[in-house]
Amino acid sequence: MGATALALVQLGSILFVLGVLGRVAGRFGMSPIPLYLLGGLAFGKGGVIELQSASEFGHVAGEIGVVLLLLLLGLEYTAPELVTGLRRSWLAGLVDIVANATPGVVVALLLGWGLVGAVTLGGVTYISSSGIAAKVLNDLGRLGNRETPVVLSILVFEDLAMAVYLPILTTLLAGMGYLAGLRTLAVALLAITVVLLMALRFGKYVSALVDSADREVFLLQLLGAALLVAGLASELNVSTAVGAFLLGIAISGSTAQNAARLLEPLRDLFAAIFFVAFGLNTDPKAIPPVLVWALLLAVVTTVTKIGTGWWASARQRIGLMGRARAGAALVARGEFSIVIAGLAVTVGAMDEKLAALASAYVLFMAVLGPIAARVAEPVVRSVQRLRRPAPVGG
Amino acid sequence: MNVDVTALPGIGVRKDFEVRSGRRVGVVAHRDGGLDLILSKQEDQDACAAQVPLTTDEAAALANLLGAPQLVEKLNADHRDMPGIVTRQLPVGEQSPYEGRMLGETRMRTRTKASIVAAMRAGQVHPSPGPDFVLSAGDLLVVVGTPDGLDASLAILTDG
Repeated sequence: MGATALALVQLGSILFVLGVLGRVAGRFGMSPIPLYLLGGLAFGKGGVIELQSASEFGHVAGEIGVVLLLLLLGLEYTAPELVTGLRRSWLAGLVDIVANATPGVVVALLLGWGLVGAVTLGGVTYISSSGIAAKVLNDLGRLGNRETPVVLSILVFEDLAMAVYLPILTTLLAGMGYLAGLRTLAVALLAITVVLLMALRFGKYVSALVDSADREVFLLQLLGAALLVAGLASELNVSTAVGAFLLGIAISGSTAQNAARLLEPLRDLFAAIFFVAFGLNTDPKAIPPVLVWALLLAVVTTVTKIGTGWWASARQRIGLMGRARAGAALVARGEFSIVIAGLAVTVGAMDEKLAALASAYVLFMAVLGPIAARVAEPVVRSVQRLRRPAPVGG
Repeated sequence: MNVDVTALPGIGVRKDFEVRSGRRVGVVAHRDGGLDLILSKQEDQDACAAQVPLTTDEAAALANLLGAPQLVEKLNADHRDMPGIVTRQLPVGEQSPYEGRMLGETRMRTRTKASIVAAMRAGQVHPSPGPDFVLSAGDLLVVVGTPDGLDASLAILTDG
């Protein structure tokens, strides 16, 4: 078979299998992310069948997937939402960071991965999947619930924290000196501040720059701008993802809505390839040695996330059941944990075990999250029943 | 009425209020224009018993159902000292022969002596609609007249 034919056949079969897996996931109301990862593991190096030609395309497509993931995340929020979200939830956000990054940091240090490994794994266990959480809230009809704004503002805080965290991680991974690292960080923080201010004041003009009534022109300008900004950000060591995120925030109003609608299918396609590409580059044989750690982290960070949501919603005087729901809604980890791990593996030449641990961890958490959200109420109810046994006799 | 407006970052806005029975009723307005009707649970005020997505047409129909009784009650109160005059809300159904046609074509006043004082559409009141007002399915007409006249009006709207 010719090289082109082979690449097409391999890529085609991967995409088709992903589609089938996504359909299976949908049948059970679960997130397809773990299945995509498993698909990648099966087809990658050391997997069942190794598809070499597809992995080259997968690399670039995966990068585009990350850009689109963050661009759409930015499009989802308006600058005022981010600012008010930050003001309202900073304390809960800090508790969230401390409670959920610590287990990752500790495990990384125990495994001897050093400071960079600790910062990486801390990020992996910290960040909830806003994609899975938002979908679960909608699926379970909880948008009108009183605890939902608490959950959403924690997610907003996490996404903003990512914009600060990713440049720090990139700096650390690049192994830059103290001074160069500080400079990069300053550039990143300055960029975030400038973009937020611009979006608050002049969001209209940025939107007008990319907006077009013609779908084709709009799509090309949007994608072009996103890749350009991402590339420039990467050159400044600010991380491609943050560039895309900031561009998304700067685009506002109806332009943002149209852009989100237009890019959503593209994001789904490229993000799926990103998960597969991550799986492709992870050796499944590296997973069993770290499986116990992944399980331990899964258990501990499920408890800490539930605790975070519980505490944050209790401060808003939300009832017991609402607190349990808020906590459980935050449990899922997914796309961003993999983005962080992927960054560490490609840029920083981190230990291969870290990728394996991250995949195993996300495999657990992406499955566990939606389940936790569903069983939170029944569990609390049965605990209440156990605590207060029904009065016997008259 | 004190309506609570809560931002839902990334999703839209929730607008709701507490009714006398203690439950909360309201809508979630999605940023893409979608609308969900929400109703809190009786036993758990924080949770929703229902989150019903509505299309624009459905939301308009619901708004009509909720808005019209108020108008009718007010007109009935106005006519209380005029015995024999009543006000009623009459729907324009999808099967109505006048759906998509002008109000004048029904010749309602000539045939029944009843007058159409308002049309409710999409939660909006169109007072004193003229003969060139085009009827559409889901409209509610507020009609004033004698009980017999109103029965005849309803028959015209449904059967022509």
